[in-house]
Amino acid sequence: MADRIDLTLTVNGADHRVSVPPFARLLDVLREDLRLTGTKEGCGEGECGACTVLLNGQVVNSCLVPAVQAQGAVVVTVEGLADGERLSSLQAAFLAHNGAQCGFCTPGMLLSATDLINRCPNPSDDQIRDGLAGNLCRCTGYAKILDAVHTAAADTGAPR
Amino acid sequence: MIGASSPRKEGRAKVLGTAIYTDDKFMPGALHGLTVRSEVPRGILRAIHFGEGIPWGEFTLVTAADIPGTNLVASVVDDQPFLIGIGEEITHSQQAVLLLAHADRHLAEKARRAVRLEIEELPAVLDIQSSLDLQPLIYGADNLLKEIRIAKGDPDPVWAQAAHVIEGEYRTGAQEQMYIEPNAMLSVVEPKNGVLQVTVWGSLQCPYYVHGALKQLFGLPEKQVRVVAMEMGGAFGGKEDYPSVNGGHAALLAWKSAKPVRLIYDREEDLACTTKRHPSRTRLRTAFAEDGTLLALEADFILDGGAYATLSPVVLSRGAVHAASVYRCPHVRIHARAVATNTPPPGAFRGFGAPQSLFAMERHMDICARKLGLDAVELRRKNFLRMGDTMATGQVIREDLDLAGLMDRALTAIGYRDKRAAFALTNPEDGPIKRGVGFSVFMHGCGFTGNGESHVASVAGVEGLADGTVAVLAASTEMGQGKNTVFAQIVAEALQLPVDLVDTAPVDTDRVPNSGPTVASRSTMMVGRILEDAAIGFKQALVQQDFLAEPYTPETFQAAVAKAVATLGSLRCYGQYHRPPGLQWNDVTYQGDAYPTYSWACYAAEVAVDLDTCEVKVADFVAVQEVGRVVNPTLAAGQIEGGVAQGIGWGLWEEVTMQRGRMINNQMTNYIIPTSVDLPRIQVIFLENAHAGGPGGAKGIGELPMDGPAPAVVNALENALGTLRLDEVPMTPDRLLERCEEVTHG
Repeated sequence: MADRIDLTLTVNGADHRVSVPPFARLLDVLREDLRLTGTKEGCGEGECGACTVLLNGQVVNSCLVPAVQAQGAVVVTVEGLADGERLSSLQAAFLAHNGAQCGFCTPGMLLSATDLINRCPNPSDDQIRDGLAGNLCRCTGYAKILDAVHTAAADTGAPR
Repeated sequence: MIGASSPRKEGRAKVLGTAIYTDDKFMPGALHGLTVRSEVPRGILRAIHFGEGIPWGEFTLVTAADIPGTNLVASVVDDQPFLIGIGEEITHSQQAVLLLAHADRHLAEKARRAVRLEIEELPAVLDIQSSLDLQPLIYGADNLLKEIRIAKGDPDPVWAQAAHVIEGEYRTGAQEQMYIEPNAMLSVVEPKNGVLQVTVWGSLQCPYYVHGALKQLFGLPEKQVRVVAMEMGGAFGGKEDYPSVNGGHAALLAWKSAKPVRLIYDREEDLACTTKRHPSRTRLRTAFAEDGTLLALEADFILDGGAYATLSPVVLSRGAVHAASVYRCPHVRIHARAVATNTPPPGAFRGFGAPQSLFAMERHMDICARKLGLDAVELRRKNFLRMGDTMATGQVIREDLDLAGLMDRALTAIGYRDKRAAFALTNPEDGPIKRGVGFSVFMHGCGFTGNGESHVASVAGVEGLADGTVAVLAASTEMGQGKNTVFAQIVAEALQLPVDLVDTAPVDTDRVPNSGPTVASRSTMMVGRILEDAAIGFKQALVQQDFLAEPYTPETFQAAVAKAVATLGSLRCYGQYHRPPGLQWNDVTYQGDAYPTYSWACYAAEVAVDLDTCEVKVADFVAVQEVGRVVNPTLAAGQIEGGVAQGIGWGLWEEVTMQRGRMINNQMTNYIIPTSVDLPRIQVIFLENAHAGGPGGAKGIGELPMDGPAPAVVNALENALGTLRLDEVPMTPDRLLERCEEVTHG
């Protein structure tokens, strides 16, 4: 087995080439090699969802994705949601509704919610609950997060 | 301003992903630290063996023999060593024995697994009863970490005369705080201007606790130790006392290696070794008159305090004071004990002993109502504390307290009477789903118990900055509760400024004074009050020195501050806690004003139980509370909703499973916290009754919502299922099935 593998991937629109240990996880590549520390590690076993990112448009727990599987992939992390200084509708709604308390689950929540609104532009409370069931929050009791997603969905309007 | 839902100060950084938590801080050349722990609950450490195949020469290794200062963690009682040395006694399964660090974290993990500890095992105490029975003796002369007695009147003559005497025993389990960010510390120890300087950055609630612990560990004066609180991914008490331990460990490795060290726990280690809520056992005995008047109360309240005292004495204290709850009672005897066991020490967790004793009392009141043939609502109404009444410690209620009004508001909001009537008709029908509605009434003391605030004598201040804005100087930390925002609102209100002209200075012991730990629902009410004073002093100083004339606009104020800073160099004004006149407390007799005031609440829950699976769904929840004036309604509602979620979790799902003194379900996969599909929308209602002692009339809020959900939910279960032995939380499906089978099989 090679000591390191070369990996090419596109993260938040920028192309990157990194050399990583063969057993590295996508989470490690993002946090350690690219120093995109917005993506968090809460459990390392795919339970908490704090490390959620979009991999080729799919929601994944980046702690469960071997880096080799991200070869040539397009990845979106929390750092890729805003347009420069302009917050995305979801980010603005999380801020307005106090959907982020300690903020540690927030990056993952935002990615899961972004995916949810993409798939389901006008979700009900139950659809939001299902869509975010893989993202644990210990601060909010989830109500303010549901409110934020409703507001963002209304702002976003028709599917993009 | 106070009363407005100002957006969270650090919220933008949090939604952008740019907020810097401990593990996000870039530190070139840092080593990765790891901890080698005992795996037996009790024994004598005989030797540490370093296995084959590891380049040990490349590692930094720290044992107890290396410690430069005192090998005891500074706490309420200094009895816990940072590391156990050869020949010393291991007292729990997660005891740290060896610290190691290496630049390659994968190799460091391999090395940890290659260490073998030679331990001569000793018999261990693993539960409350064995500890009480001294089987065997493991701590002091009696296995007691702390004992408290509170007495009012004399219950003894009452038992024989009372129409009814009702006894009950209640238990509560350990609970994990489960902040989503595991415990994390970074440290650098290096010479600076010729002297050793110890710096720790971490996820921690109480910078000056860690500061004190590092001073003692290294034997250094105050100025050579610096602690910086990073953005914190939740805490709930779990980062109150433990950071003195892992902060010390990180600093020891940094000192020995002369390199930066990261000590970041993974989830399994965090769950296994860090503090939890204390397990409890409460025995209650109550005497009632024929009409339901409460005549006497006796409580035997016991906490499992684990292997060292840590915070158990003060957790016990709060639990003991809350044991008599919200009821008027002429004769009370409370006997509270924290017992030692060979388990990892529990510690602070939101509520701090009160959820345990309040669960017992609020379950007991429902059981008493049933046994007395009275309505649970009316039994409580008859016995509620009112203005002028005296609590168990002799504290006189001096506020216009209307618990009946709180209760009625909650019961109306959830539709208590209608639902009870409807479920009485539907539950006897066939079908597995049974429904019930229940409630609890409770209080939470604001700030430290007894003389705690006087001992800490907190200092906080405000500082003018060169751009004319104002910084808040306090060691209180932001853990998601909204401290940054609420402090800014309090100072902005005092200075009559818009809130965006006030922000919080970084919480760094080199910059901010000791405003006390961020605990005990004390930040808004206690530190906020000091900040209010400091802000007024700041303004007066500007006026007296002719930088500012009243009345002023935000623009003229900002210009005045900028000019004053340019002229004077720096501009700071501090305030300090002073005990309000009239508050008295005796630490020996436990008599007096246990708290300056209390927040009061009634929570009501509706449940649906599936008898096929014994799963419980909370279908509706109402939280009504009186917390003084609400500083920020949106943030306050978030605190209540999050606390209720934790309380429901503790009541129904969150179980710490121990085997040989070790948590064996130490993964998020099998320690279950509520997800977004598990909770109803929580109706949060604030009844405002301004408290003279708090800033703008505010009281404490953070812990209150943890106290009420478990008894409300279990009381609702009894309504759904009838008389079962519902005396324990968490009432998991397994436990509920057992209780149902007790009835079926007799």
